[in-house]
Amino acid sequence: MDNIVIAALLTAAIVAGTPILFAALGELLAERSGILNLGVEGMMLVGAVVGFIFTIKTGNHWYGFLAAMISGGMTALIHAFISITLKGNQVVSGLALTIFGTGTSGFLGKAYQGLPTSDPVTAIAIPFLSDIPILGRIFFNHDPLVYIGFILAIIFWLVMYRTKWGLNIRAVGENPAAADAVGISVSRVRYFCTIIGGMMAGLGGAYLSLVYAPSWQENMTAGRGWIAVALVIFALWNPLWAIAGSYLFGAVEAMTFGLQIVGIKISPFFLQMLPYLFTILVLVIVTIKMRQDAGAPSALSVAYDREER
Amino acid sequence: MIKAKMIKRQYRSLSVDIGVPVFSILLAFVVSGAFLYFSGFDPGETFLRMFKGAFGSSYAIAETIVKAIPLMLAGLAVSLAFRMKLWNIGAEGQLYMGAFAASWVALTCGHLSSWLLLLLMFLAGFLGGAVWGFIPGFLRGYWQVNETIVTLMLNYVAISWVGYLVFGPWKDPASKGFPLTPRFSDAAYLPTFGDSRVHLGLLIAIVIALIFYLVLRYSRWGYEIKVIGESQNAARYAGMNVARNIVLVMIISGGIAGITGMIEVSGITHRLQQDISPGYGFSAVIVAWLARLHPFSIILVAFLFGALLVGGFGVQTFGIPYSIVLMLEGSILFFLLAGEFLLRYKIVLVRKEVQ
Repeated sequence: MDNIVIAALLTAAIVAGTPILFAALGELLAERSGILNLGVEGMMLVGAVVGFIFTIKTGNHWYGFLAAMISGGMTALIHAFISITLKGNQVVSGLALTIFGTGTSGFLGKAYQGLPTSDPVTAIAIPFLSDIPILGRIFFNHDPLVYIGFILAIIFWLVMYRTKWGLNIRAVGENPAAADAVGISVSRVRYFCTIIGGMMAGLGGAYLSLVYAPSWQENMTAGRGWIAVALVIFALWNPLWAIAGSYLFGAVEAMTFGLQIVGIKISPFFLQMLPYLFTILVLVIVTIKMRQDAGAPSALSVAYDREER
Repeated sequence: MIKAKMIKRQYRSLSVDIGVPVFSILLAFVVSGAFLYFSGFDPGETFLRMFKGAFGSSYAIAETIVKAIPLMLAGLAVSLAFRMKLWNIGAEGQLYMGAFAASWVALTCGHLSSWLLLLLMFLAGFLGGAVWGFIPGFLRGYWQVNETIVTLMLNYVAISWVGYLVFGPWKDPASKGFPLTPRFSDAAYLPTFGDSRVHLGLLIAIVIALIFYLVLRYSRWGYEIKVIGESQNAARYAGMNVARNIVLVMIISGGIAGITGMIEVSGITHRLQQDISPGYGFSAVIVAWLARLHPFSIILVAFLFGALLVGGFGVQTFGIPYSIVLMLEGSILFFLLAGEFLLRYKIVLVRKEVQ
């Protein structure tokens, strides 16, 4: 009996962690290139509503996911233009993006509020692996997006640490002047990373409206965008840690429902605090140990200006 | 061939300083208007209704002020930290902790005389926010932990804490299941001006703005803040205690955000509830930035933001979703950010010889 409860909890944790994982991977990439985008919440909301509308209109959720990614990328483009080309303040621009995205998604989604999706995403059991007792159910009997998230995280890690591209991205985030000197286009790399980041946030949002809920509700991300921002730090800007972190944060979310069912009396509000407290704790420990900004890209949120080298 | 080139401005004329932001805001209205138009709404009528909703009657103006007060206070709070280049984006959480502490006083000492009770609530509000500012301040000052992230994270801890209280131990048994504390005793109500909902908070905000102006401009400490904001190393060479100043500024910044929370529960809701702030702490960041951290400009910008909020509520009754206000707010910001660029750089067209 207990095993079944725990297995159900872990299964739910992975599902709850997946939208956060998408968004966090995107933010991680942008931050690695030196762009802090606090607009994740807004980009997720836009992705959620656009993905939902396109699924209803086309009857195919894959078009929905694609549209969500494009819309997420487009909103990120605003932030990229302001922070890279115009060298504007990234904190203010990111907050503006969150406000703008919340408004735009609410406006676009007014007519779709509460409708069911027209093309539900079904689980795919992976042959053989899903037959493993308990573990098979937890890890290998999910909707395709869960696997995609997992695989994308590994691809992100490989690109970042095993390719020249990744080296360029990290160089731009650490020392843009040096990267510029060896002929890397700082703005091109930053644009690329910020836009991909937005696409991932859009995908995370669409996961909520097409798989997790699955329907559109105003403000349905409910702070997950901020959790994603926290997760990037929690994962110390490493995509592989982001997998573990997102499932851990997902477990916290799953537990807020789960514990009440099992009859453990702890306020869900205390559980809600945990991801944020964990993140602060990790940040403090790592900062003290490393005596620097916790492995954060050195040029994070600093606009690059050739003349100011 | 003609090519555009960006040149840093050496000086700025007043017409550029005023013209660029005004033009930016106009553009934001044009873009949102186009969006409204293509969604089947009449943009002219919508904006007119918003304007009337915010300024059309004495009641409307009073409501605009009511919404502007927390933005003024929270905006002042974060502006102090920003002057030292401390990105305190935790005003929302500091506001909630201030509201929590002030509510605790109001609920436990409700029998006291009004002025004493209000004074205690004021102090409690300051303390609640100050503790929430001290944590990131201390971590930043002495251990170099990034304050942007800590303040951001602490917001959600504070909001959850208030959620726990109003859904749990502090819930009014008579509230029929609604997550509210019991109503405060009359002694805990902030005095209002006449029959309106405009309360003493307005005066408090203006006094704080005045104090800020004087201290920052004329005191030794104001000078230290300025120096530390410009260069921490220079400040250290000059013998200033940077770490202690960081902690102090974060305590005061958090404390004033906490007062914002106290004023909202004492002046508006008269009880603690979960939605005491619709994101005032976040909007405050924007208000302070738009006002270029100048105390009196913050009062003015907060007033305009209050108008936007109230005007937005006004159009809802005509079937236009409130979200249009957020869109408008977001686009105004984008255009102002873009306009900021034109304030710093001049775009000149240069003729290039084609080879």
